[in-house]
Amino acid sequence: MSASLRGESGQSRHPWSRAPWPHFSQEQTSAGSLTLDARAFDLLCLTVACTLAVHLPHMPAWLGAALAALMLLRWLQRRTRRGHIPALARFALLIALPLAIVASYHTPFGRAPGTALAIGLLVLKLLESERERDARMTVGFCCFVLMSALLFTQTLAMSLLVAFALLPGLATLRALQADAPQRRELGLFKPGAGLLLASSPLALLAFVFVPRLSAPLWGAPGADVARTGISDRMSPGDMRDLLIDDSPAMRIGFDGAPPPANQRYFRGVVLWYFDGRAWSRGVTGIRNEVPQAVTSRGGLTHYEVTLEPTRRRWLFALDVPVQAPDGARLGADRTLDRSRPVDETARYEVTSATHYVLAPQIDPALERAALQLPADYDPRATALARSWRARFVQDDAAIVRAALDLFRSGGFAYNLAAPPLGRDSVDDFLFDTKQGYCEHYAGAFAFLMRAAGVPARVVAGYHGGYWNDYAQYLLVRQSEAHAWDEVWLSGRGWVRVDPTAMVRRVLFAGTADGGDGSGEDAWWLSWSDRLDVVNRLWDRSVIGFDALRQSTMFTPFGIPHLEWGELAIGLAAGIVVMLGLGLLVALHRPGAPPRDALDAAQRRLQEKLGKHGLARQPQEGPRDFFARCMLALPGSRPELAALARTYLQLRYGHAAPPAEPVRAYSRAVRNFRARRVVK
Amino acid sequence: MAFAQALVARAERRLPSLTRTRAAESLPIRLHRRRIYILPTRSGLGFALLLVVMLLGALNYQNNAALLLTCLLGAAVVNSMLVAFRGLNGLRLTQLRADPACAGDPLPLHLQFDADGRPRHALRIDIDGEAFSFSLDGHGGETTVGMPTERRGWMRVPRVRISSTQPFGLFRAWSWVAPEQEVLVYPRPLHGPPAPPGAEDGKRRERGEEDYAQLREYRFGDPLKRVAWKASARHDRLLIRELDSAAHDAPQRFEWTMLHGVDRETRIGRLAGWVHEAHAAGRTWTLVLEDARAIGPGADHAHYHRCMTALALS
Repeated sequence: MSASLRGESGQSRHPWSRAPWPHFSQEQTSAGSLTLDARAFDLLCLTVACTLAVHLPHMPAWLGAALAALMLLRWLQRRTRRGHIPALARFALLIALPLAIVASYHTPFGRAPGTALAIGLLVLKLLESERERDARMTVGFCCFVLMSALLFTQTLAMSLLVAFALLPGLATLRALQADAPQRRELGLFKPGAGLLLASSPLALLAFVFVPRLSAPLWGAPGADVARTGISDRMSPGDMRDLLIDDSPAMRIGFDGAPPPANQRYFRGVVLWYFDGRAWSRGVTGIRNEVPQAVTSRGGLTHYEVTLEPTRRRWLFALDVPVQAPDGARLGADRTLDRSRPVDETARYEVTSATHYVLAPQIDPALERAALQLPADYDPRATALARSWRARFVQDDAAIVRAALDLFRSGGFAYNLAAPPLGRDSVDDFLFDTKQGYCEHYAGAFAFLMRAAGVPARVVAGYHGGYWNDYAQYLLVRQSEAHAWDEVWLSGRGWVRVDPTAMVRRVLFAGTADGGDGSGEDAWWLSWSDRLDVVNRLWDRSVIGFDALRQSTMFTPFGIPHLEWGELAIGLAAGIVVMLGLGLLVALHRPGAPPRDALDAAQRRLQEKLGKHGLARQPQEGPRDFFARCMLALPGSRPELAALARTYLQLRYGHAAPPAEPVRAYSRAVRNFRARRVVK
Repeated sequence: MAFAQALVARAERRLPSLTRTRAAESLPIRLHRRRIYILPTRSGLGFALLLVVMLLGALNYQNNAALLLTCLLGAAVVNSMLVAFRGLNGLRLTQLRADPACAGDPLPLHLQFDADGRPRHALRIDIDGEAFSFSLDGHGGETTVGMPTERRGWMRVPRVRISSTQPFGLFRAWSWVAPEQEVLVYPRPLHGPPAPPGAEDGKRRERGEEDYAQLREYRFGDPLKRVAWKASARHDRLLIRELDSAAHDAPQRFEWTMLHGVDRETRIGRLAGWVHEAHAAGRTWTLVLEDARAIGPGADHAHYHRCMTALALS
C-alpha cells in the first residue's frame, strides 16, 4: 500500500470494505432557505410573546387577547406539523387587522394605533415564518417594536423590561447558527446576555456622545397627548396629567446662589374669576392695568430661564418679577405676557424680588375682582367663612390662620387620585372627600377667603425644582406644577399662602414620626424611598439628558459648550478606544503558555554578545555559537563555558525546563560581562 | 449580488494576502489576526439598517430610554463582531489526512484542529463549493469533509475557507487556508465488457450450484449478478454467493495489453474495474501495467491499494 497522501501526514489506513462514506455534516449552501427547527421556532414565538407582553398595558384588551390567541394557535399548529398557515387565512387576517385597529382607535395614525398595527403585523409575520430568513426579519422587527414601547413610558422599570425582552430575540439568532448546542436551552441565552452586559460601557459612551437633535426631523413628538403645561383654567382634576409628567418644563440659571427651596415659587398665571366650577384669568381689563407697585425687602435675584415650548403666551418668573424681559409685558398682577405663544424653546432674563411688599394699596376694581364669587354655590363653605368673619371681626390674618388650621388638622390628605366632586365642588371637597391636591386646596382656600370678605386670588405656576450641581441650573419639571393663593392684607399687600403645604407637611410629618406605622410599613417605606431615589436618578441622568445638558456636560472641565462636531469626534474616539479594548480582550488567550523564560534569557545573552560583533548566524546551533564566542572572547571563557553547559542542559535535558534553574541562568546572563582580554 | 461577487473577486485578485492563494503553507496553520477577515453578512446589513432607523426614531422623539436601548443593541452587535473573530483566532489546523476515493466521488478529508483551549462553535468549512459545519470543544478535534474530485492522480488540496458567523449570524469571520498537501485520487473503475480474464473459468463453474460453498453478507463492490436473490429474500438482507475455495484461489491476471481499441483513460478505468471486482470478490490477481511491470499476485487490501495507486499514476 502506497501512501496516497504526499506531505507530512500519512494516509489513514482505511479498509476498503468499510463504508467508504463517513457521515458528512453537510450544509445546504443557499443560506437563509433552511427550515426552522422546532427549538428556533419556539424561541421565535417567545420573542414575539415578550414583545406583545411589553405592549399589552397600552393596547385594547381584546386586541391583545386576540393576538395572543392567534400566536398560541400558530405555535400549536407548528408543533404538530410544519408549514404555513394557509395563504387565504393570512390574507384575511391582513385585511382584518387594520380594520380592527381603525375601529378601535378611530384613526390609523398616531403612536398608539401605529404600535398596535406593528405588533399585529409581527404576529402575522409569525404565521408565515418557516425559514431562517423569516426568523431573522421577525427578530429585527421585534427589536424595533420593543423600542416603540418606550415611547409610551420611559420609566426605569419599563426600560429594564424592554432590555430583558431583547434576550429571547438574541437567543433565537443564536439558535439559527448551524451547530447550536443541542442539549441546553439556556445555553442559547448566554451569548446574548453576556454580550449585552459586556457592551454596556460602549452603549453608555454612545448614549452620552450621540448628538441629540435640537428640533425633531418629523412630526411633533408626543403629538397624541397635547402637552400644554400650566393652563389658564383650573378646575379640580385638570392638573393631574401634568403632575405625573416628568418631562422638563424649564431650566433656570441664577447669577449667584439659587434661592432657598421654600422660595422657589414660579409665577405663571393669576386666576381671578371663579364660576363655581373652574378658576380662570377672567376679564383682560384687570391685567392691562398698571403693574401693582412692588417694594423689595432684600436683594434682587437675576436669572436666565430656558422655557420648554408651552404653546401659551405667558412666561414664568420667580415670585415676584420686578421687571419684564425683552418682548414681554408685566401685567397688573405681576404676570409676564408675550405677544406670541412659546412654540419653541424660549430664553429670557428676569429680575425678581424674593422678599417684597406687593401693592400695599389695593385698587378698588382689583379688590372687587378679588372678592368675586358666583351666586348660589357651596352654601356650607360660605357659612363656615362667614362664621370666621363673625368670630374674628376685622382680623383678616386670623381668618387666614383659621383656614390653614382647617386644612392642617381637619383630616385632609394629599391624594393625586382625588374622588370626583359634585356641583358644589368646594363643599364636597371641604366636608366630604377631604382628598385632593394643589388645585383643590388653592381653589377651596380662595373661595373661603372671598366668602369671608378677604381679597384672594389663585396663582398657578411651578414650585420646587431640582438643583443640578454639575451644570449649575435649576431644573423644573411639569410634575412640579403647582397652584397657591395670594390674599391681600391691609398694610402687607398681597401675601402668598400655600394651603397645600399644610396638608403635605402633615402627611410627611406622619411618616417621619413613624408614629402609628407598623414595622412592616416602615420597612416598605424605606424600600420605596430607595426605589424612588433610583427612579429619580434614572429620570435625571438618563431621561433628562437632553441637548442642553449634553452640550454643557463638560462645563466643570472648562469646556462651556460642546458643538455637534465635537460630540461626533468624541463619539468616534470613544468607540475606537472601546473597540481597541474589546479587541485586546478578544486577542487574549487564556490557555496560552507563558513566554519561555529560558528563550528570553538566551536572547538577552545574544544581544550582549552581539554588541561585540558576535551575532548568532541562522545556521548556527547553540553549541557552535558558544564555541565561537569562547574563541572570540578569551577573557570570558570560563563564564561562557558555564553558561553553555547550563543552557544546553536546561534546553535539551527537559521537556519543560524547571523554573528555579532557569531563573538562576537568567541571573547569570544579567551579570555576564563580555571581556576580550584575560585579566 | 452579482456585483458583490465581482467586487470580491476583484479584491481577491488585487490583494492576494486577502485570500492567501499565492503560497500553499505547511502544517500546522494557525489562524491569527493578520489572516482573519470580517464582513457583515446580509442579515447583518439588514440589522444595521434597522439600528439606524431605531436611532433616528429615538433621536426624533427625544426619547432617551429608546436611545439607550438602541445604543445597547448596537454595541452588542458591534461586539458580536469580536466574538466572531475570537471564534477563529488561535485555531490551528494541525493535521490533514485523506482516505482513498475514486475520481468523481467526494474524497473524505479529515482535518485535525487544535482549539487553543476554548470551545469553538458553529464553524464552517467551504471546500470547492461544498459547505460543512462542525464544532470543537476546548481540546480540539477532527472533522471530515468531502472534497470533490474529478480526475485520477495527485490532486492539490484546494484552498479551504474556514468561517464562522457566531454568535448571531450578523458578521462572518473567515480565513483562507491553503495546506501544502496533495492527495491521491484513484481512477474511476469502469464495469462492463470485456469480462475480466479468468472469468471464463468462473462462467464455467457457475453452471454447477455446488461450486458455491457458502453465502456471505453483501459488501460494497460485490457484483450484482452474484447476489443470491432467493436466499436474500428469505433472510431479509443481501447475501452473496461465495465462490468455493477452488474458485477463490484461481489467480487472475489483468494485463494492459488485453484491452484493445479503447483510449488510454478507458483502458485504465477498465483495469481499475477488474481490480475492484477481483478485490471485492476476494480473488487473487496480478496486474501487469503498460511498461510490463507486474504487481502481484496478491489478494489483500495492501495489494489493492498498490494496484490502484499504480493505475492512478500511470
